[in-house]
Amino acid sequence: MTSNVNFLAKAGLQTLIDNLVSLGYECIGPQVRDHAIVYDVITNIADLPVGIIDIQSPGQYRLEQTGDKNYFRWNNGPQAIKPLVFKPEEPIWSCQKSPDGNLRFEKNMISVKKRAVIGVRACDIAALFLQDKHFLHDHNKDEYYRDRRQELLLIAANCTKSAATCFCNSTGDGPRAHYGYDISLTELADGLLVHTLSEQGENVIKELELRTASQEELAEADSLINEAAEQQRSLPSHNLKDMLFSKLKDARWQQIAERCLSCGNCTSVCPTCFCHSENEKPAMNGEVSQHTRQWDSCFSQEHSYIHGITIRSETQYRYRQWLTHKFGSWHDQYGRCGCVGCGRCISWCPVGIDVTEELNAFANGA
Amino acid sequence: MDIRFPHEAEIVERIQESPNLFTLRLRFTDPQTQQAYQFEPGQFNMLYLYGAGEVPISIVSDPMDDNLYDHTIRAVGRVTQGLADLHKGDYIGVRGPFGRGWPLEQAEQKDIVIVTGGLGCAPTVSVINYIMKRRERFGTVNIVQGVKHSNDFFWKERYDMWRNSPNTNVLLAADAGDAIWPWHIGPVTSLFDQLEYDPDNVLIMMCGPEGMMRAVSHHMIENNIDEQSLWLSMERNMQCAIGHCGHCQFGEKFICKDGPVFSYHEISSLFGIKGY
Ligand SMILES: Cc1cc2nc3c(=O)[nH]c(=O)nc-3n(C[C@H](O)[C@H](O)[C@H](O)COP(=O)(O)OP(=O)(O)OC[C@H]3O[C@@H](n4cnc5c(N)ncnc54)[C@H](O)[C@@H]3O)c2cc1C
Ligand code: SF4
Ligand code: SF4
Ligand code: FES
Repeated sequence: MTSNVNFLAKAGLQTLIDNLVSLGYECIGPQVRDHAIVYDVITNIADLPVGIIDIQSPGQYRLEQTGDKNYFRWNNGPQAIKPLVFKPEEPIWSCQKSPDGNLRFEKNMISVKKRAVIGVRACDIAALFLQDKHFLHDHNKDEYYRDRRQELLLIAANCTKSAATCFCNSTGDGPRAHYGYDISLTELADGLLVHTLSEQGENVIKELELRTASQEELAEADSLINEAAEQQRSLPSHNLKDMLFSKLKDARWQQIAERCLSCGNCTSVCPTCFCHSENEKPAMNGEVSQHTRQWDSCFSQEHSYIHGITIRSETQYRYRQWLTHKFGSWHDQYGRCGCVGCGRCISWCPVGIDVTEELNAFANGA
Repeated sequence: MDIRFPHEAEIVERIQESPNLFTLRLRFTDPQTQQAYQFEPGQFNMLYLYGAGEVPISIVSDPMDDNLYDHTIRAVGRVTQGLADLHKGDYIGVRGPFGRGWPLEQAEQKDIVIVTGGLGCAPTVSVINYIMKRRERFGTVNIVQGVKHSNDFFWKERYDMWRNSPNTNVLLAADAGDAIWPWHIGPVTSLFDQLEYDPDNVLIMMCGPEGMMRAVSHHMIENNIDEQSLWLSMERNMQCAIGHCGHCQFGEKFICKDGPVFSYHEISSLFGIKGY
């Protein structure tokens, strides 16, 4: 861990939340809802999932209460940071039709709150950076994404345990956050190590009761994070583009399709998927129509529809699109793999299809 | 203009071209928007029908015409059929232009082969008109049109006019025809021995069903035409037209912004693979 790492007693987390609130941030943090960890507004450390860990495996996710005093011992649930910046559904413009037939278009204006997110994992920070590249990289910037992104203060939690489905170590995106956060926390048995990377972060922690972390505390953090880096799953290599595109006609695609339900769960939990469709919602009175966008998936029938033809009519083509895009063409589009190793698509696949297993099988020619 | 949001445009004229093909001549209601609007042949707009949604449609008029721009549309589904029901004086929403059009600078001084298949003629009409207006800048122009059935052939007067222009070779083919079809019966490629061009100085542009474009590309490559001299216009589902929604992806390409016009060379690795 880098220099100027401080130690904060666990009770100090409440002060951290209070500071955020008094600095005008809406405070978003992990909490248990419907048997899963999600990010939403918190006001008190009691809202945090204290003592909670998750048990994850292909097609499985469940929570367990250990009774310990850890706030951040869980691994990622289905929800990433993505919905805070790229909303699952939102109006983008509306059209008003006057009695004489004239059309008046109005852009949907949003007012954005300053938001602080507590407990963000390294993989999700990497995913945000990937989405930044997609939504903000050329002159047609996505204003909604940009406005929300700019107002986001990120308080990372380094992973001190990994789920069986995690493989961030092999994508190079975790378990320790190295960049992109304002403040990072590493939870030890009886306190938290605190590090900052930005002025805003400094500003938030300056009134906390901090002291410089000891060598022992730094070593404890390192050993916890190193343990989290020992993961059961991994990718066959960093760049799978050539390998995948050389196997477009492999029989394995059809074998996967026999298991895959084409439900799109994998793309909807994936923190880097950016696909969305646009839809029209005319009001009952016939005078105004809302144009909205909502997340879409390359597993949907409409995704590849052009009049009279569905380009990806079969599940095998959809699964192939997902894999060859995420692990292949993404390299050309944005200079790196589109996967950050969060493992969500493995846990949340109803039939337990495991991307790492499939990729390894393709790579090994099995 | 901000191309992420539609702008009001008036239908100045509506022309019925064939039973389900029509042309809308449009003008932005805001004069400044109209004046600032510029495009290239092969680019497209997103046309918005109130309450129904947006569809990508190529611009077919001449880029030098500052007052109006035209779209020729086939009524096939929800939005296009709704557009077909509109009249002169009605309003729609338009945003654009989008994408990269035909390589017209590269085409200058070269012989040209324009191949259109099936019903997908709009993007090539714009380029044919463009070239015919600036005839002296190009070599021999070959216009090849293939249709499924002779009944699908329309715009006969235009083809007659082009046929009578100097240095212009018009070839027509129908997969099936009736007794009065005077032209060739068979696939367009079976007409290719009648093309007139210098293989070292030619540019080929095509638009239509991918099977046809693939057959033409293979034929040309077998005849030693460089892959970078073969250009084609691609079609995929489009929602945003600005490279964000992901629907138009073709491998690493976003057809809406990297295309819709590509050289064969740029897309050959996935072209014709089912599912892309
Ligand atoms: C770059 C480009 C240029 C085009 N130029 C023309 C043109 O000049 N003239 C013309 O008649 N047609 C053109 N098309 C095709 C035209 O966009 C479709 O016919 C139209 O979208 C069909 O919409 P619909 O609602 O009437 O049909 P439906 O079958 O009801 O389609 C439902 C929805 O699916 C999507 N969709 C369906 N077909 C297509 C398609 N082919 N391409 C993209 N999205 C589609 C649209 O979002 C559409 O609203 C072009 C397509 C592209 C991609
Ligand atoms: S592909 Fe799977 S493991 Fe990779 S970032 Fe997306 S959800 Fe996470
Ligand atoms: S194409 Fe599929 S894998 Fe790629 S971003 Fe869209 S939904 Fe995700
Ligand atoms: S149409 Fe949305 S990315 Fe191309």
